[in-house]
Amino acid sequence: MGILEVKDVNKRFGGLQALGDVNLSVAENTCHAIIGPNGAGKSTLLNCLVGKLIPDTGSVMFDGQSVLGRTPFEINQMGISRVFQTPEIFGDLTVMENMLIPCFARRDGSFALHGIRSVFSEGELRDQAEQMLEEVNMLDKRNMHSASMSRGDKRRLEMAMCLVQNPKLLLLDEPTAGMARADTNNTIDLLKEIKEKRDITIAIIEHDMHVVFSLADRITVLAQGTPLVEDTPENIKGHPKVKEAYLGEAA
Amino acid sequence: MFGLDKKDASLLLIVAVLVAFAPFLLNPFPEGSAMAQFNAGYPDLMQRFVIFGIFAIGFNILFGLTGYLSFGHAAFLGVGSYAAVWMFKLLSMNVIPAIILAVITAGVFALIIGYVSLRRSGIYFSILTLAFAQMSFALAYSVLTPITGGETGLQLALDDPRILDGANQTNNIPVPGFFGMEMRDSTDLVLGNWIFTFNVGYYFAAIIMLISFYVSIRIFRSPFGMMLRAVKSNQQRLNYTGLNPRPYTLAAFVISGMYAGLAGGLMASMDPLAGAERMFWTASGEVVLMTILGGVGTLIGPVLGAGMIKYMENIISKINADILHSWFAFLPDGLEDLVVTMIYPFIGKGWHLTLGIVFMLVVIFLPGGLVQGGQKLAGLFGRKKAEDTKTATTEPAE
Repeated sequence: MGILEVKDVNKRFGGLQALGDVNLSVAENTCHAIIGPNGAGKSTLLNCLVGKLIPDTGSVMFDGQSVLGRTPFEINQMGISRVFQTPEIFGDLTVMENMLIPCFARRDGSFALHGIRSVFSEGELRDQAEQMLEEVNMLDKRNMHSASMSRGDKRRLEMAMCLVQNPKLLLLDEPTAGMARADTNNTIDLLKEIKEKRDITIAIIEHDMHVVFSLADRITVLAQGTPLVEDTPENIKGHPKVKEAYLGEAA
Repeated sequence: MFGLDKKDASLLLIVAVLVAFAPFLLNPFPEGSAMAQFNAGYPDLMQRFVIFGIFAIGFNILFGLTGYLSFGHAAFLGVGSYAAVWMFKLLSMNVIPAIILAVITAGVFALIIGYVSLRRSGIYFSILTLAFAQMSFALAYSVLTPITGGETGLQLALDDPRILDGANQTNNIPVPGFFGMEMRDSTDLVLGNWIFTFNVGYYFAAIIMLISFYVSIRIFRSPFGMMLRAVKSNQQRLNYTGLNPRPYTLAAFVISGMYAGLAGGLMASMDPLAGAERMFWTASGEVVLMTILGGVGTLIGPVLGAGMIKYMENIISKINADILHSWFAFLPDGLEDLVVTMIYPFIGKGWHLTLGIVFMLVVIFLPGGLVQGGQKLAGLFGRKKAEDTKTATTEPAE
């Protein structure tokens, strides 16, 4: 029984069957990649996991509880953090403030008045945030205005914001899309390090095969809304069906 | 000091000093001189400065922090005024219960209106608040005449019960006061040609304004304020960070509604009558102008904006053609008439035109409002401060 269990999920948009009978099981403390050609339903599936979309039929269980019908912030409070395709950060705020917000969310829940004390009297949360920034090598940028950073830095910040919450499941939606090779490699190293250091389950949607094969423990190939195969990276590489559906055109 | 960092504490201190010495600062010209009409140091106007300052400070907590533009905040001001006048009629002429009830009533109204309006954001939110405010205006103006006094407004009468004050012995309608100090009492200080007026009502309102300002600084610097800025910055990320934006925005809406109610209650305390026109949509628009003119999301901006607009409303509108002729009397006759004809539309009743031009200039050249103007000026005098703010606001290409 995995930490994330997707059973018979269907989702239609008008006449388009975006997801058809998707079954997926992500085991705890593994990295599970979901790949597939454009329009395969990867993002739709992801949106069903985080509460942005509700599947027409089927069930999505996380840690023994259904996520269906819950809002994104409730699902996050259950322990799922999501990294977006284009980094979503609080651009008007400084890096440190960006880091403090998830810390508050973890400690005080989805809403609290937090009293009227100054942000900077929260020593414990500050330490937590600074430690995380240190881990992603961004401590020197803590007072920077986050909108003025490079895309790679924004991505790292977003990742740090998710990780500081200590999520049970980290969802990554094409984390290296539009990145330069060096940035991509940095991201891979960072994710590898996270995997080793923490008890964390990672589900990753990715186009870049290099990223997928260096990180994933298991891979699900999605095509036209249905899972084609699920296997280890080694077996996926040589799988004829996969070649036909995906790698054939890419390679 | 008071849990503020050094910069905020000195800002609060500066504002406190300015407010305390306002009767001097606003009366720089001697009585009877040609410039005396630019003096703003009379009680009525000074009271307006601080009361609208409170209104704008509260509005800025909503608009400046969360970015939700309410177009119906005057409704809370009006509700506060009515509540205060009813307190004067029924309970006592002391301003304290009146102001407390004004704040509570406005808060309850804000909770109801905010709960509904905050289901939408952006322009739809603005329109919803506008609709609610206009409904409140219509209710106050006609439907609820027994409670609001309708067109004539709500006024005090000789036979009001005033339970705590006891029977009225005189034939005069009593005036609001603070434990014996009447709000309209003034003392004049004559220094040569200068007359400085110290008014009880002004200082009472000013102290409340300073408290409101202090509370607003604390809100800006608190984790709660940070969450509100996060709402403005990226609601999607906030949702996926496990935070529910709705109660945050609602709390901000209620707080700013209570500030508006406080301002309304103070207005009624200075002059105990309340009319529906205080809730009209132009009044809601005015506080938006004040906030933008002064600087959205800055601490001191809304107060400056409120002062600027109230000054123009009261001073420029007093200038008439005769005064213009006397100013330009040194010009040859024909030229004098020409200049006066050209300037005339912008003064007196045309002060809105001047306000419009000032507003446009500020929005185009100083998007950060008067506060940004101040920073630029400080930068011209070679301070390093302007450098810092510049690097913080420019956004390099990605």
